[in-house]
Amino acid sequence: MDGSFLTIDINSFITEPIAHEFMRKAILISTLITSVCGLLSSFLTLKGWALMGDAVSHAVMPGVVVAYAIGVPLSIGAFVFGVGSVALIGFIKHKSRIKEDTVIGLVFTGFFALGIVLISKITSDIDLMHILYGTPLGIPLSDVKQTIFISLLVVLLLSIFRKDLMLYCFDPRHAKTIGINVSFLHYLLLTCLSLAAVVGLQAVGIVLVVAMLITPGATAYLLTDKFDELSIISVLSSIISSLIGIYLSYWLDIAPGGSIVLVQTFIFLFAFLFAPRYGIFKVKQLLSSSK
Amino acid sequence: MKSMEFEKYRIEAENICVDYNGKVALYDATLRLKAGQICGLVGMNGAGKTTFFNALTGFVNLSKGKIRINGETLKTSQKDQAVAYVPQNEGIDADFPVNVWDIVMMGRYGSMNIFRSPRESDIQAVKNAIERVDLFDYSFTPIGNLSGGQRKRTFLARAIAQRASILLLDEPFAGVDIRTEKLISELFIQFKNEGKTILLSTHDMIHVREFCDLVLLINKTVVAYGDTSEVFTPENITSTFGGMSPDFLFGPES
Repeated sequence: MDGSFLTIDINSFITEPIAHEFMRKAILISTLITSVCGLLSSFLTLKGWALMGDAVSHAVMPGVVVAYAIGVPLSIGAFVFGVGSVALIGFIKHKSRIKEDTVIGLVFTGFFALGIVLISKITSDIDLMHILYGTPLGIPLSDVKQTIFISLLVVLLLSIFRKDLMLYCFDPRHAKTIGINVSFLHYLLLTCLSLAAVVGLQAVGIVLVVAMLITPGATAYLLTDKFDELSIISVLSSIISSLIGIYLSYWLDIAPGGSIVLVQTFIFLFAFLFAPRYGIFKVKQLLSSSK
Repeated sequence: MKSMEFEKYRIEAENICVDYNGKVALYDATLRLKAGQICGLVGMNGAGKTTFFNALTGFVNLSKGKIRINGETLKTSQKDQAVAYVPQNEGIDADFPVNVWDIVMMGRYGSMNIFRSPRESDIQAVKNAIERVDLFDYSFTPIGNLSGGQRKRTFLARAIAQRASILLLDEPFAGVDIRTEKLISELFIQFKNEGKTILLSTHDMIHVREFCDLVLLINKTVVAYGDTSEVFTPENITSTFGGMSPDFLFGPES
């Protein structure tokens, strides 16, 4: 090595981090979680549920704390509070004249505040910073198994009901008309969202899981007009971001959660500028050529 | 006795009421349509036309009244794919990443397995439906690149692929080109001969006179219902539109 930073070849740039076991685990888990969030993201983008993703990932926090305190899997607590928050949003919207975005903001900040209070009162074992910003490099083994199980479950559910969910996002009235159970699909998507939020929370934390649920879908939306490609691009960009993000975090000694999401944001910006059909430069070209 | 009476009608809505959080959208509306009948649904914006469609598709629950489709309950008729809904162009997300083929295939979902994997017969039905609306060259065009008329034809093809016996069309002639208008009117005649029943909402008085055997004038409830020649009178139309003439309400666009 001779301490010469400039002569590090690409080979050791890639292999050195994965010589450490904790890095291999971090890469595996982060990539799995970001892929799941990326897949879900393609549905959320189409359904217009970005804000809902934001809400649910914050609302799971008190559930995580309560689950920890009473000793049940964190995912169960997250699930109950995630779905509960959405039910509450629906209820308040239905029974009052307040608009939906206001109700969403109101409910999730309330849940989130409850989570913070619970952490400070019930347990000092959970580090608030870990929940907020994630600990992809230090996930305990028991959580690894749970994360893999939940991730596969979400992928399985989204794969089985792919076309129904697509139809539900596109034209719920037609779905209902031909006898497809629309409220089942609604709660299925919510369930997957809550589950993805709780696994994402461990890797990048609550604050950034929102980005993992929104950004890849938005990026893919600028790049394709086909639903299948939308999901594939969304997942691929998630995987690439996860890998690059983790490596950057290792070599530059920066927070991994933040670096993964930052890479995702850069990929989005790139698509926003240069997407073949929907990038802004393309739009300008079309405008000037039509003059 | 009663069930035999039902069998005569494709659509039977009896004194149906719908409210949204206590706000009445439609009350005491009754409609009976037989096979091969085309009925125009005419009323102001907010008069309950969309609500009527929503009730017939099961998209909203009735607070009172009863609906029978082909003599069956709504739930059974949904399972039988009996009703197809053709939305207004404005009700469609034109940026959604689907093409003509994808959308028409959605008409087949109800009779597919849980993965919605198309069988040979589904592919054939989709192909035929696309041909019938003259969109074969556009089969794989994304919905965002279609004109208003082509979009309308795509959703008509979906209803054809579904093999529904009842078609509900929300403003089928709004914002379409002449070619599409002609094609839709030809299809209406074919549908009629096939024994399908059509309920269409429209702002265009000329279309009502041209196609509709029956007309249902509504303003939160039924103002008048019957044969177009008898019911579609200036007096009834004026009272449907709250005392104003429809020409005044809809201006030169209609």
